[in-house]
Amino acid sequence: MTVRFEELKKAADESWVGLHGQQAWIRVGSAICGEAAGSEEVIEALQGEVAKRGIKATVSIVGCLGPCYAEPLVDIITPGGSRVFYNNVTPELVPQIIEAHIANGQPDSQLAFAYEGDTAVEEVSPLYDLPMMKGQVRIAMRNAGNIDPFDINQYIANGGYAGLDRALTSMTPEEVLQEVKDSGLRGRGGAAFPTGVKWGFLVGSKSPVKYILCNCEEGDPGAFNDKGILESDPHTLIEGTIIAGYTTGASNGIVFIRHGHEGPIVKTQQAIKQAYEAGLLGKNILGTDFNFDIEVSLTGDSYVAGEETALMESIEGKRAMPRFRPPFPAAYGVWGKPSNINNIKTLAYVPEIVSKGGEWFSSIGYERSKGTAIICLSGHIQRPGMIEVPMGITINQVLYDIGGGPTPGHSLRMLQTGGPLGGVLSADKASTTLDYESMAAAGAILGSGGIIVADERTCAVNMARVLAAFCQFESCGKCFPCRLGTGHLVEVLERISRSESRPGDLELMKSVGTSMAASSLCGHGQLGYNPIQSALSYFEEDFRSHIVDGKCPTGQCSEPIIAPQRTRPHRWSAPAQGRAPLPAGRLALR
Amino acid sequence: MTTMDSDSLRTSSRQAIQDQEYPTKTVLSSLLSIEDALGWIPEESIEEVADFMKATINDVWAVASFYTNFRFAPPTPNTIEVCWGPSCHLVGAMGLAEKALDALGLENEGDTEDGAVTFKFNTCLGACSHAPVVAVNHKLKGQCSEDRLSELLTQIRNGS
Repeated sequence: MTVRFEELKKAADESWVGLHGQQAWIRVGSAICGEAAGSEEVIEALQGEVAKRGIKATVSIVGCLGPCYAEPLVDIITPGGSRVFYNNVTPELVPQIIEAHIANGQPDSQLAFAYEGDTAVEEVSPLYDLPMMKGQVRIAMRNAGNIDPFDINQYIANGGYAGLDRALTSMTPEEVLQEVKDSGLRGRGGAAFPTGVKWGFLVGSKSPVKYILCNCEEGDPGAFNDKGILESDPHTLIEGTIIAGYTTGASNGIVFIRHGHEGPIVKTQQAIKQAYEAGLLGKNILGTDFNFDIEVSLTGDSYVAGEETALMESIEGKRAMPRFRPPFPAAYGVWGKPSNINNIKTLAYVPEIVSKGGEWFSSIGYERSKGTAIICLSGHIQRPGMIEVPMGITINQVLYDIGGGPTPGHSLRMLQTGGPLGGVLSADKASTTLDYESMAAAGAILGSGGIIVADERTCAVNMARVLAAFCQFESCGKCFPCRLGTGHLVEVLERISRSESRPGDLELMKSVGTSMAASSLCGHGQLGYNPIQSALSYFEEDFRSHIVDGKCPTGQCSEPIIAPQRTRPHRWSAPAQGRAPLPAGRLALR
Repeated sequence: MTTMDSDSLRTSSRQAIQDQEYPTKTVLSSLLSIEDALGWIPEESIEEVADFMKATINDVWAVASFYTNFRFAPPTPNTIEVCWGPSCHLVGAMGLAEKALDALGLENEGDTEDGAVTFKFNTCLGACSHAPVVAVNHKLKGQCSEDRLSELLTQIRNGS
């Protein structure tokens, strides 16, 4: 069956208009942030209340609008009215909101958080005047919080798959590649490699089967934007992946997600199914002779599985351990076929780049860092959440203008950016602009976009110890400098944090760290010393206080050290863990 | 969960492997399907996966022992997970872990003596904006205070 895009668009537009037609439309933020805040109970309460009153209303879930601190976030739009948002809604508040807004037709201005639309609501701010929303430029997150991730029509009605239609029907793969190159888009996973150039490598590999791998392993604590995009707008990834496939001549796409993250998994699977039904995946996409398939592949719990070659091992069902390079993925990737790996955020930009052109994208951003950065704010900050800002604004602007600054009564001391291996920055480095080069010059990375804010209650030794413990726990064990080195580093840091350090401990850590950097296959070992090195360079006084004065500068290190047991073989066989001993026949070859 | 005998474990494992919804079947996808169906990976499953995937028992154990989500003992009815990622650590995860371990009579990850509750650490539950996060039977509870944790533990104990 071939479907013309115009038909899909027409049906989608009709369904979108229908949602704004005769009855109220209630949307509830139900991404992982909403879920953690209790959105499930709120949805139940809303459905119960609407049914009880006999009100005709559509209750849908949406993804993450961004101000996670306001979750559960509910918004209501009535025919002809504005869309009004209510923050931190509890099941107890639901009857009051429904009574005022739908039964009486008067939004509850006491409970309302913001509005969007032509009809002003008294005493309530327009959504994009809120400090958290102002200054955001939403490209990858354009639909987040606005559309139901389970409904392909809502995506198409908001401009979705227009980029794919344009690429397939009026552009050659070379022209699409040129647009992506012109856009200046660089990988959002951490390495910041130009996407167009990377795609070019795959174009050059000749094979009937080639893969586009979409990496949503996202194990970085403090970053939840990949999962956020899949939970809010999975079709933007699907569209970006199909375009990547068309451009590079690939035949298959694989979306790689960690087992257990139900929200992103279910939404992505549903999106793929709908795309097949709409003729946007499979054979003869949109009536052209282009064929492309996408499937979801799950990994077990392992941080290193997010590394590009370990990811391929995991897709093949093996231990997620990095491979030697070369051969590089573009020549020899998953199942030995040419492969291209992109982060979810990177691919999520592609539909808009193709729709609006590379030049448009490159007009946003800063010097060599084009477009936007998707930042996750967490830690000691007033307004934690997921935001999208143009590259080139300062960390200070993000923290204070958008995030509202540190927790009231406290002052900014430390920033941990770009995932646990990204290291820490001191407060005075918050004037650094958010772009790849400036962040690197400051000794940090933009990485996956997580910014964890720590105030003056935080001791750098404590922070370094937690980050090192994370690296230790997640070392895959393939390269012994990383496997043993990370454990050694944690041991020394625990000594220091208990103020029981031995002479030469700092030099010892440095020498271990240098060996790890020189002789580990992947970034995990290569950057494993980075958190400690950066903590030492910015907060040497904390280490001195522990080592020389024998006390923690903030008192934070007096708390007990609890962490998962460190080496996997130990966890594996310890009877106290409730795990069975290895079976006697484990070494038997079949 | 009632304990299954060896034969039914074998049958259920085979069923789970065959019914898996993953289009590309691998050792890992088979193990994940069994974990979802049974809640753990018994020895019989390892042999079944090896048989189905034409792999060695060694290869299958290698994969099963690598990923930390797999259990090798029958599951308890309740699981409580405390996130110990840096975001949660900063806002009190250690206090929550200490409190939970105390209440459960445990020193680290594991099952309680009465087999009612499993305690686990998680490196990132993914809701960092609502730190500190705990998960009770895979349902996330954000901004969890120590008092809220006590309530949750009591609810688990009372079977609600």
